[in-house]
Amino acid sequence: MIHAATKGAEASGDSPLATDKAGDPILELRDISLSFGGVAAIKDVSFDILEGEIRAIIGPNGAGKSSILNVISGFYVPQEGRIVYRGARRPSLKPYQVARQGIARTFQSIALFEGMSVLDNVMTGRINHMRSGLLSQALWRGRAEREEVENRKFCEGIIDFLEIQHIRKTRVAQLPYGLKKRVELARALASEPKLLLLDEPMAGMSVEEKEDMCRFILYVNDEIGTTIALIEHDMGVVMDLSDRVVVMDYGRKIGDGSPDEIRNNQAVIDAYLGVVHD
Amino acid sequence: MFYREAGDIKTSYVDDGQTFPIRLDRQLYFSALIVAWGVIPFLVDDYWANAVLLPFLIYAIAAIGLNILVGYCGQVSLGTGGFMAVGAYAVYKLMTAMPEVNILIHVFLAGGITALVGVLFGLPSLRIKGFYLAVATLAAQFFLVWLFNRVPWFYNYSASGQITAPERTIFGVVVTGANSETWATYLVCLFFVTLAALIARNLTRGAIGRQWMAIRDMDIAAEIIGVNPLSAKLGAFAVSSFFIGVSGALFFAVYLGAVEVGEVFGINKSFLVLFMIIIGGLGSILGSFAGAAFLVLLPVLLKNVLVGGLNWPTDLAAHLEFMIVGALIVIFLVAEPHGIAQLWRLAKEKLRLWPFPH
Repeated sequence: MIHAATKGAEASGDSPLATDKAGDPILELRDISLSFGGVAAIKDVSFDILEGEIRAIIGPNGAGKSSILNVISGFYVPQEGRIVYRGARRPSLKPYQVARQGIARTFQSIALFEGMSVLDNVMTGRINHMRSGLLSQALWRGRAEREEVENRKFCEGIIDFLEIQHIRKTRVAQLPYGLKKRVELARALASEPKLLLLDEPMAGMSVEEKEDMCRFILYVNDEIGTTIALIEHDMGVVMDLSDRVVVMDYGRKIGDGSPDEIRNNQAVIDAYLGVVHD
Repeated sequence: MFYREAGDIKTSYVDDGQTFPIRLDRQLYFSALIVAWGVIPFLVDDYWANAVLLPFLIYAIAAIGLNILVGYCGQVSLGTGGFMAVGAYAVYKLMTAMPEVNILIHVFLAGGITALVGVLFGLPSLRIKGFYLAVATLAAQFFLVWLFNRVPWFYNYSASGQITAPERTIFGVVVTGANSETWATYLVCLFFVTLAALIARNLTRGAIGRQWMAIRDMDIAAEIIGVNPLSAKLGAFAVSSFFIGVSGALFFAVYLGAVEVGEVFGINKSFLVLFMIIIGGLGSILGSFAGAAFLVLLPVLLKNVLVGGLNWPTDLAAHLEFMIVGALIVIFLVAEPHGIAQLWRLAKEKLRLWPFPH
């Protein structure tokens, strides 16, 4: 785990890697506010995600973390604020249009296609890379067959990497929880995202499964170069994995910085340990 | 022992993705094709064709069509009868307007017209799902039947209000009308069934099929991965209605010859085809065939046993037939909710291990 070692060094001080990795912002949220009726879920939140980094979003339950991901992936349209994606202001898009721009995500509660095989689930992630028309697919000739084989090759690469070869033809409904989480990651990766959003990728997992998942996340970030934003409750994992952390509480951003800065931030400590709000 | 994938090693993704990966399945499939195309046409007589084979083949097309919509894409439809009527009236208008064009082309065109109508009535699926969508398609059923009853242009102002198929030939052989050759009508239906099954299989194993199933299993996740729900759902409505339209066209032109719309394409037809795919197996091409066979053959079989075998009066047998078919459907669905296709899958799983228990 050479990589984990460099990560540790990075977290402990001014590693050259930190500056190497950090590119231009791939996504910026500016003054985002979102409310449902009278309930404000997100209040005036701004932060950015830099190209190539792992950005964690943490906070107590109900802090608005998932709402932030839903805003990024197009499920919710914020009442105020704007989103800048790869240097240009993003208009309000439908979720499938967001996917076409290279943003993929996983869900807190698994959102796989239960009736389909693992392979079909992963292949569905390639949807934006398949262009063949209805006629070609109906006859299974020419482009349709060629694309099927090419994309299958790509998906097999991901299946190998996530170590789920043995279940590729199994129906997802028959899989245990930990494997489902892995399949969901595989499906998101299959779309070759530029920005990958992970909503609690390690919730409910055993220690071994968490370690595997950490390994996969680091590998994806390091080798494939995918920018990752993740929500996670396991502080050990967050501090080890992430380059920078956003902390939210009651819909507001209360902290933003490297894991070390966050660890020593009084507002964050208060939010987690609980103090009387005045 | 003999039903194994072991030793049948796939070395390319094309091989691995084929429809029947196991050798015995392939052999079964090809022998079925050979029997259907090469043997039955020489043996078929009027009784078998009209009581069993033609309805089975035509309902199989409709069931494949409905299965694409309900079983693969998860959009419930009760408009099958109405869409079959669109196919029937489209082919009737085409046959009478352009008598010189080949009937096969007319059937394809009728399918295309039904696809357009299907897309139109599929529009509500973008906003509503489940039972509500079923009710919306029910509106299609009643509206279309009403339309074909009330607008004389559709039945060419005939006095009876019926449509009657004029005589048409393919390669000089009569396939529609009173003088049609039985074996030829069988082959026409077989041609369309084979085509429908192949196309449905190819669509459902590829990118489009995965989009449909993604919408069915979890529409939110499908959208987040990049599936456009509009095109996926309307595509399913179009393809499904195409097949249902073709089956309606054949039902009228090749099988019945004359049709009164309310009687033939009423709500009962919608339910019949829906039962076929539920009993056969949702989301399975084989299930569409099995369901069609089950609901076509069972009444014929019961009639033969009760009237022919036990010498019961015909009217008593007819009533009992309803009760027995109904009871069998209930029993069957309690015993195996996923249909005949699932039974077949389980049997194959067992066979794969046989004679060993594990």
